[in-house]
Amino acid sequence: MTSRKNEILVGLFVALAIIAGLLLALRVANQGMAGNGETYKLNARFDNIGGLKARSSVKVGGVVVGRVSRIYLHEQDLIPVVELEIASEYQNTFPDTSSLSILTSGLLGEQFIGLQPGFIFPEDLEMIEEDKVCDNAPYSDCPYLTNGEEILDTKSALVLEDLIGQFLFNQGNE
Amino acid sequence: MEILQRLGRNTIDTFASIGAASLMLYGALIAIPKWKNIRLTVEQMYVVGVQSLLIILVSGLFIGMVMALQGYTILVNYGAEGSLGPMVALSILRELGPVVTALLFAGRAGSALTAEIGLMKATEQLSSLEMMAVDPLRRIVSPRFWAGVISMPMLAIIFSAVGILGGHLVGVDWLGVDAGSYWSIMQSTVDWNEDVINGVIKALVFAVVIVWIALFKGYSCIPTSEGISKATTETVVYASLAILGLDFVLTALMFGIS
Repeated sequence: MTSRKNEILVGLFVALAIIAGLLLALRVANQGMAGNGETYKLNARFDNIGGLKARSSVKVGGVVVGRVSRIYLHEQDLIPVVELEIASEYQNTFPDTSSLSILTSGLLGEQFIGLQPGFIFPEDLEMIEEDKVCDNAPYSDCPYLTNGEEILDTKSALVLEDLIGQFLFNQGNE
Repeated sequence: MEILQRLGRNTIDTFASIGAASLMLYGALIAIPKWKNIRLTVEQMYVVGVQSLLIILVSGLFIGMVMALQGYTILVNYGAEGSLGPMVALSILRELGPVVTALLFAGRAGSALTAEIGLMKATEQLSSLEMMAVDPLRRIVSPRFWAGVISMPMLAIIFSAVGILGGHLVGVDWLGVDAGSYWSIMQSTVDWNEDVINGVIKALVFAVVIVWIALFKGYSCIPTSEGISKATTETVVYASLAILGLDFVLTALMFGIS
């Protein structure tokens, strides 16, 4: 009978290990959630991306709406292009006059992209109400940001060295 | 002349014991427990794994708690206490989980294995098994080897999970770090393959080394009470040194070159 008790305890041990592994997978590494959910893509060019990395978050007023999926250098223009994946539930939400800026959370925190929603021209608003332009129309007609569209209004990351350089330059002029 | 002879004898002895240890490992490895013998391995998993559980749970909890406490006092100076989660999680998953579990495992289970097999040898149980045409490698060594190799990574996973929960207990519940940022920044920082799986691989390597050293030291000890005590001490010392040395090599291989 002791053997049976031991076997039950070994079973409990294995179950505990599996629970701990699941905790690590779901709670700590967020394996279950990664890549989950429909998204649409946006592009943006920056002069300088600072410390932005793939998987950095895109936030609107602090709410995470998407992630940076890829960062690469534009072949001809030689400036960084950032590819964003925005959750589909925010489709037809952000006007195409929205702007992006690279911000830092806290003093030493990681960098993220802040999306500042823009405005919609009154005549476009009337157009949307009359017929659904955004469903299948080329995106130039749609007053919202749609899949593949490029956000033109971008603000680069703050680079401390540049700031200090500017400051010294200004001081020198006085 | 005397010195040269001693040097030569030591070298030959060293290589002979490495050879004997490799032969024993080979014997244990090819004797993968058959289905009808699985009971022997499960019994050993009780001795090696379940009985090590308490020390692993308690030390995991306290190491997580102390990591959170130390990390908080430094990070709060920079207003970066939101980074407490990834700091605790990464250092436990990558380093402390596998290494501390391995050190405790060597002390708790490795020494017990050496002493048990050494005493079996001293009381000539191993010879009697051979007399009965039972291969002691198959019957005694192999189940213990596989039980250790299976149990130790599971213990390391449990250690990591409990440690992160301990960090949560101190960081979030006592010191008031935001629970949302503790988990969410941890989730965006910790990578499944890079951090969790690499930690488990480390634990697996340590397990093979510990159990191998423990079994060989027991199997080859001088069959006297003094010999057994020496073999047990050597197991803990050699296993701990091997763990710490290998940990550096593995870390360099896994995280150093990127």
